[in-house]
Amino acid sequence: MDAKIISIIAAAVAVAIGSIGPALGEGRSVAAAMDAIARQPEAAGTISRTLFVGLAMIETMAIYCLVIALILLFANPYAR
Amino acid sequence: MTQNSPLMVAVVFRVGPVDVTRTVITTWALMALLAAGSWTLTRRLAIRPSRRQMVLELVVTGILSQIEEVTRKNARPLLPLLGTLFLFLLTANVSGVLPGVQAPTARIETPAALALVVFLAVHGFGVRTRGLIGYLESFAQPKLFMLPLNVLSEITRTFSLMVRLFGNIMSGEFLIALVLALAGLILPIPLMALELLIGVVQAYIFSVLATVFIGAALGETSDEPLEAPAKPLDQP
Repeated sequence: MDAKIISIIAAAVAVAIGSIGPALGEGRSVAAAMDAIARQPEAAGTISRTLFVGLAMIETMAIYCLVIALILLFANPYAR
Repeated sequence: MTQNSPLMVAVVFRVGPVDVTRTVITTWALMALLAAGSWTLTRRLAIRPSRRQMVLELVVTGILSQIEEVTRKNARPLLPLLGTLFLFLLTANVSGVLPGVQAPTARIETPAALALVVFLAVHGFGVRTRGLIGYLESFAQPKLFMLPLNVLSEITRTFSLMVRLFGNIMSGEFLIALVLALAGLILPIPLMALELLIGVVQAYIFSVLATVFIGAALGETSDEPLEAPAKPLDQP
């Protein structure tokens, strides 16, 4: 196969598989935060701020996959 | 293939050897807007605030209390940097919805520069509060073999700060462009609303993470301890 086609498939696979883990992780953390806010509504401010920071951290994994896909598609050193 | 790449920027004109790109023009316009807006809004400050001044005070004290809650320290020295960072990111992320304007944060240079500013500010504040030796010692905490890991984490977290902002804003823009190319008139509007929300949230997250990093560099040398160390109740 051509290196271009391989890198396109690899970019799609990177985003598709790489977003599974962060999706599950974000779902779990939001569920836990909802549970915590339901138990202790007065701590909602602290919990949601920590939740946002944590979600940003988890989301970074998916964004890394996106950047890998972008590099494969637009700045691939092997497919010239 | 490469002319639409989100990793490239279009050069509008050149000043000598310096390429001036669209993102630079947008950034300077936003900077001028923010500076002129702040200057005009703070001209006539009074003890009895007018309606305009009350909104302004609400913004400033809101940012101040947020920084205070995150760092648990005196937030006043951190306010100029972090407040400006947040307001600039907010306007920069949201400016992408204006017709003809491209959000500066959707190209990798602006997030890289901002992450570099945060990286330098972390070490600057750390050295200023703890002294050079004390700050360098904090990298070898809790044990000496953690030193390479701590140094590595400094670099990777700055990199991820840059990549997170760039990836979120750029992918939103890409998504809108794709949907616009596929299906016409009405469909991109909810996505643009979502993109506005994402822009605000990402500005918040970038600022909070910068606050957390700076707060961590300041260390536990606060004036009053947050809570007294727990003492054993009964001693045999």
